[in-house]
Amino acid sequence: MRKTTRPPLYGLIAEFDNPSDAVAAARRVHEEGYRIVDAFSPYPVEELSEAIGVHRTHMPLIVLIGGLLGGTLGFLLQVYVEVISFPINVGGKPYYSWPAFIPVTFECTVLGAALFAVFGMLALNGLPEPYHPVFNAPNFALASRDRFFVLVESRDPLFERERTAEFLRSLGPLEVTDVEH
Amino acid sequence: MERFDDPYDDTRIHVTPAVIEPGHTFDSVTDKISALVLRKRTPLGWWVGLAASFVLTNMMLGTIIYLVFTGIGIWGNNQPVGWAFDIINFVWWIGIGHAGTLISAILLLLRQQWRTSINRFAEAMTLFAVACAGLFPLLHTGRPWLAYWLFPYPNTMGIQPQFRSPLMWDVFAVSTYATVSALFWYTGLVPDLATLRDRARSKFGRVVFGMMSLGWRGSARHWARYEVVYLLLAGISTPLVLSVHTIVSFDFAIGIIPGWHTPIFPPYFVAGAIYAGFAMVLTLIIPLRKFYGLEDFITDRHLRNAGKVMLATGLLVAYGYMSEAFIAWYSANKYEQFMMLNRFVGPYAFYYWSLITCNVIVPQLIWIRRVRHSHVMLFVVAMFVNVGMWLERFIIIPISLHRDFLPSSWGMYAPTIFDFTMFFGTIGFFFFLMFLFIRFLPVISIFEMRTMVPEAQIKEEA
Repeated sequence: MRKTTRPPLYGLIAEFDNPSDAVAAARRVHEEGYRIVDAFSPYPVEELSEAIGVHRTHMPLIVLIGGLLGGTLGFLLQVYVEVISFPINVGGKPYYSWPAFIPVTFECTVLGAALFAVFGMLALNGLPEPYHPVFNAPNFALASRDRFFVLVESRDPLFERERTAEFLRSLGPLEVTDVEH
Repeated sequence: MERFDDPYDDTRIHVTPAVIEPGHTFDSVTDKISALVLRKRTPLGWWVGLAASFVLTNMMLGTIIYLVFTGIGIWGNNQPVGWAFDIINFVWWIGIGHAGTLISAILLLLRQQWRTSINRFAEAMTLFAVACAGLFPLLHTGRPWLAYWLFPYPNTMGIQPQFRSPLMWDVFAVSTYATVSALFWYTGLVPDLATLRDRARSKFGRVVFGMMSLGWRGSARHWARYEVVYLLLAGISTPLVLSVHTIVSFDFAIGIIPGWHTPIFPPYFVAGAIYAGFAMVLTLIIPLRKFYGLEDFITDRHLRNAGKVMLATGLLVAYGYMSEAFIAWYSANKYEQFMMLNRFVGPYAFYYWSLITCNVIVPQLIWIRRVRHSHVMLFVVAMFVNVGMWLERFIIIPISLHRDFLPSSWGMYAPTIFDFTMFFGTIGFFFFLMFLFIRFLPVISIFEMRTMVPEAQIKEEA
């Protein structure tokens, strides 16, 4: 049997058992100049994403666009139906009776915003993604329970296997391990 | 003194009970809640409850089959009372759903931490209540297979729906509400499904939860977007829930029937919805926390706060009743005045006074500390409110219709057996879905509970 070549390393991951150490380590990793990094936690830790340099997201803009799009399309739909496609004289009121269209316009605004919010978030997060190399890290199943992880990817220009591993070890983790593809 | 023997009386210790009992850690919270789903043995009580609700669900299905084959004449509504149980139950269920959104969205925006342990459950309640609500107008059309006619689409019939009608507004409001509630609920579930994936012992569990969790891995970059989206969803759900019941009340308020045509309806309906919803939350969580041993997470504080919200919204509803009566008199409109008199002393007066008893008089007991702190009493009051809110819609809908402007077109309304099998059938269906939910999904948001334990405080280096 042919000996398979070892796939290139995906990165190095450090494991922590509390959020404070993980945040401190993530900050040090960022200060050291590593940029292609990620951190993992069982619940949202704002300090952790700040520490790896995620300061803002595009989500609010996406949701705004979704809401405006939903509202505009909803309103235009009603105008099309009531003025152009199927005009009915109701009590002598004008066909373009826009105040009566407000409730549905509002609902369409909310619907557009909500759909853009959820599907925009999933798209930017690259989900659904059933396989990811980070799942190969030992103990990573605990990332959804009580462990915190800081990952430096091998794509990072500063990544050097020995030096980076040593640096991560100096941050006081429980363990530093290789993550394979 | 006698009162000091009350185990729920906390005047001795002068502290507000915590939203989570002390001593919990990330792993204890995770294990305790996920064990409810992942354990092998299913409690016998669950099977009994599921079986009972399954029987009722089948009663509902039987009624629907008979209705589809026969027509809506099997129900009691007919001229002059064209709207009865179908619309009463629709409004009742939608109202119950609203507390779920209130708890998950409005209390999140108000930073009320106690919402965390009940929001998942309340959101599920919303979804299932909206599912039950949707059945009624759908079946009331008599031809549910043509329900897509409600939506505007290019068609060979050459007609389009009427967007100036509140009934069309209702179609859009309720379908948007169902969609957004489902999105909000599922978004909240994703990280917990990842926990279940990682903790499931069977291959089947890992695969199913793995697919449902969409590959969630708790990345800080993902969490950053997730948090923003969760907050924004809460922000847009808040006006949504108010708009939905406002539009439901427009179904009546836009009409000219005495007893319907009144501008107090939108706020009065919204308050009533929250009132009914909190009553249903209490009805469900008091037994649930007991049988599932969740007293650590759903503490006395949750029950008391829910009781207080119920009392406050109950007073708003009582103001609505007062305002209706006052305006009927003050309007000097004889049709409005007769409508009110007909409620007080007419043929259905018994139901009006039952409504006042259930919704206005009995809930005043919550002012008393001992009642507020007794789970049994809170449960009893909540049951009165559940009944009262149903009676409220009964008073508003058929009682207003049965005697309107022209005495020659007056009539009496009585439900048939199929009105009841349909109504109790949906109650069974609701509980059937609820039982499935508490067995197969985490009833408490695990990742949000983790943020509540003391370890979650980030200690900054000096």
